[in-house]
Amino acid sequence: MNIDTLVQNLLNALQWGSFYALIALGYTLVYGVLLLINFAHGDIFMVGAYIGFFLATFLLGQYALALPFSLPPHVIFLVTLLLTMILTAFAGVTLERVAYRPLRRKGVNRLYVVITALMCGLILENGNLALLGANRRNFPQLLDNTVYSLGGVTFSDVKLLVIFATIAVFLLLETIVRKTKLGMAMRAISYDRMAVPLMGIPVDTVIVFTFALGSSMAALAGVLFATAYPVLEPYMGALVGWKAFIAAVIGGIGEIRGAFAGGFLLGFVEIFVAAFFPSTLRDLIAFSILLVFLSIKPTGIFGVARATKI
Amino acid sequence: MRKYSSHLLYGSFCLLILIAVQENFLNAYLQLIIMFMGVNIILSTSLNLVNGYMGEFSVGHAGFMAVGAYVTSVLNVWLFTSDRVFGPAVLPAGSVIYLFPVTLLMGGIVAALVGLLVAIPSFKTRGDYLAIITLAVNYIVKSAIENIQVIGGARGFMGMRNIVSSMHEVVNVPWVMIWIFAGTGFSVWLIHRFVTSTYGKGIVAVRDDEIAANIMGVNTRRMKMVAFMLSSGLAGIAGGLFAHILGYINPGSFTIMKSTEVMVMVYLGGMGSLSGSVLSAVGFTIILELFRPLQVIKWVAIPLLLILLMLFRPEGLLGHRELTDVFPRLRRIFVPQGKRA
Repeated sequence: MNIDTLVQNLLNALQWGSFYALIALGYTLVYGVLLLINFAHGDIFMVGAYIGFFLATFLLGQYALALPFSLPPHVIFLVTLLLTMILTAFAGVTLERVAYRPLRRKGVNRLYVVITALMCGLILENGNLALLGANRRNFPQLLDNTVYSLGGVTFSDVKLLVIFATIAVFLLLETIVRKTKLGMAMRAISYDRMAVPLMGIPVDTVIVFTFALGSSMAALAGVLFATAYPVLEPYMGALVGWKAFIAAVIGGIGEIRGAFAGGFLLGFVEIFVAAFFPSTLRDLIAFSILLVFLSIKPTGIFGVARATKI
Repeated sequence: MRKYSSHLLYGSFCLLILIAVQENFLNAYLQLIIMFMGVNIILSTSLNLVNGYMGEFSVGHAGFMAVGAYVTSVLNVWLFTSDRVFGPAVLPAGSVIYLFPVTLLMGGIVAALVGLLVAIPSFKTRGDYLAIITLAVNYIVKSAIENIQVIGGARGFMGMRNIVSSMHEVVNVPWVMIWIFAGTGFSVWLIHRFVTSTYGKGIVAVRDDEIAANIMGVNTRRMKMVAFMLSSGLAGIAGGLFAHILGYINPGSFTIMKSTEVMVMVYLGGMGSLSGSVLSAVGFTIILELFRPLQVIKWVAIPLLLILLMLFRPEGLLGHRELTDVFPRLRRIFVPQGKRA
């Protein structure tokens, strides 16, 4: 493997890992606060991609009601991105409100909440299938996707956009969690669930904020994913969601740094395995590496083993 | 009499169904549903051992099922039929009626060995990290099968129809149904014996507090190892039976979706309730079939139903209790005198 192919694969891995990282973030944020694995999160990603699709086609005037004005494509892209993030955040918060909160109030075993989350994911997938049909949809091309070539390495501006957006999100979230009051409340809830309400912190508001944040990041991933790979189908979130969850756990679930490290690591492993071996072996080798890794370091990269009191 | 009442009841129930099948009172569709019920009972009770009694969160049960299904099927096709890939039959085809339980057990044993892949990391890992390991094992098994071309790879594996028909050639009784009844009875009996033994107490102790259990002298490693291997072994047996009901298996039947289905059955019945698992496996199979006319909506309606159930009865049908706890009168029939179950 010469240096060009190596750099090319590195870039591909960075882009692929970015998607995992952005989705893993939602898992990790919710887990950090609630100790809940929100298995519907992969499907929130799918919902985000679909909302983005409908918004983009609407703004392009491809529906019956043509808009009185026409926007340049990159403005449409930005507007779509922002609106999708807001709308998907509402979807995520609704899910929390309707399905998880009543269970949390009852104080049931958290595994039952996990099962509810799985069921919510199934409803989103199959509800989409029932409502919109099984035909795939093509995401409109909003960015002109220029391909640059530098030496033997080719990269498109979409690829760069994905990578930079992910890095920006990382910095933003680290700031929110480390520097703001809400972030401090989030950390406090994960540190001590019992004492936080006693201190006058509105737990439910913080939880809603967490879900909104995670879901909007999934929406960001959804729109970027649809821009890079413009085919949408109802089950697109299932496998990516499971893998992103794995990425979150490798990084050490509950840690924002961990979600990014895990996402990029999984991206690298998958891309490089596919580069060296037949691509049918990709899952086999990637998951075997994961198995060995978790056997050696059971808490993930950044996770800390919590001491249990007896 | 009380000691054997449940055995007698199950035996006569099976006999009744078998006679009904033999005399053509039940059509093929109903037979299929009954057989799937049996397989689902094995799957849900065996997963309950790990997810309910031991309190771990295993999300890859279908992987072990796949191992059992493939091992049993490949052994049977290799031993008893002439096949393009595996050559002529090694043993006379008629002997399959004696050796089928052996191959089924072999499938279970191999699945139990694959269960070690989860059991050994479980010494150090708990909770969500262990969930990931089981998830990974499910993917690894599925992906490995897809890459072994000799057994059909992603195209799947068939030839089990011939096995079943050569059983019918010897004695014409509903063989698959018989094996499923035997397998279901065996696994429920085994799990019941297991959880009421000292091992069962040990496993519950691991769930409640692993460190305290360790201090009190429970060999937690051994408990985990035994529980995981028993659970995955029984899943393997269920897989072997499943393969012979359908006569065709492919890796696509053993995905996370299948694991989720089994998990739903466990939590629907209640964690740590054996009779709950049996009831929910039967009920879930029936619901799946009742909702079949809804087609696409089916997989919206069923999860919705489950969410509603979770909202109103979050601990599952029976919670941590058994049927004899909910209906104490049943104890007069099923529980031997002077014994508390």
